[in-house]
Amino acid sequence: MTKADIIDKVYESVPGLAKKEAAELVDAIFNTLKKTIENGENIKISGFGNFIIRTKGSRPGRNPKTGENIEIVDRRVLTFRPSQILKKTLNDEK
Amino acid sequence: MKKSELIQKVAEQHNLPKTKVEHIVNTIFNSMKDSIIAGERIEIRGFGSFTIRNYSGYTGRNPRTGEPVEVEPKKLPYFKVGKELRELVNTVKTKEKAPAKKAAKAEKAPAKKGKK
Repeated sequence: MTKADIIDKVYESVPGLAKKEAAELVDAIFNTLKKTIENGENIKISGFGNFIIRTKGSRPGRNPKTGENIEIVDRRVLTFRPSQILKKTLNDEK
Repeated sequence: MKKSELIQKVAEQHNLPKTKVEHIVNTIFNSMKDSIIAGERIEIRGFGSFTIRNYSGYTGRNPRTGEPVEVEPKKLPYFKVGKELRELVNTVKTKEKAPAKKAAKAEKAPAKKGKK
């Protein structure tokens, strides 16, 4: 599934909505999510999951190719925690 | 940010009734959910992708009692952050470090050219 498929689903589900408008709204929604994450705010979508920003401290690492010691700088990463409902539904569907 | 806040924001930005935006947001997440449950992969450019990972079962232990527990094999959705978003998330904190990284890359690039 790609964004184009999601746009189709939205287009089909709202009577009278132009495809272009559906595309704009889907983009707007993902852009709002992105901006929120960029600002360091977590996102909670009930029934789907949470997008959580984690701060990682710097740690010593190694270039696996050369064996050279390097420092991995501190960073912020985004993780997704699926909701209990999603996990359960996914595993019941076997 | 919760789903209701997302709806509120997008409705304001686009001057649309909240009910309409709510319907659209729900359609998006429900279709993504259905797709995940169907075992399909989702890819949203610039945001990230969702894949299903299979985990095999193992014998775990109840950390409190030390008693062995069978953990059943399971499937979990895994989210891989897209390149664009991964960089956006990290920009604030590493603002000072980002130019240094670029400088290192710049140094590397001409060196490659030199080899050719």
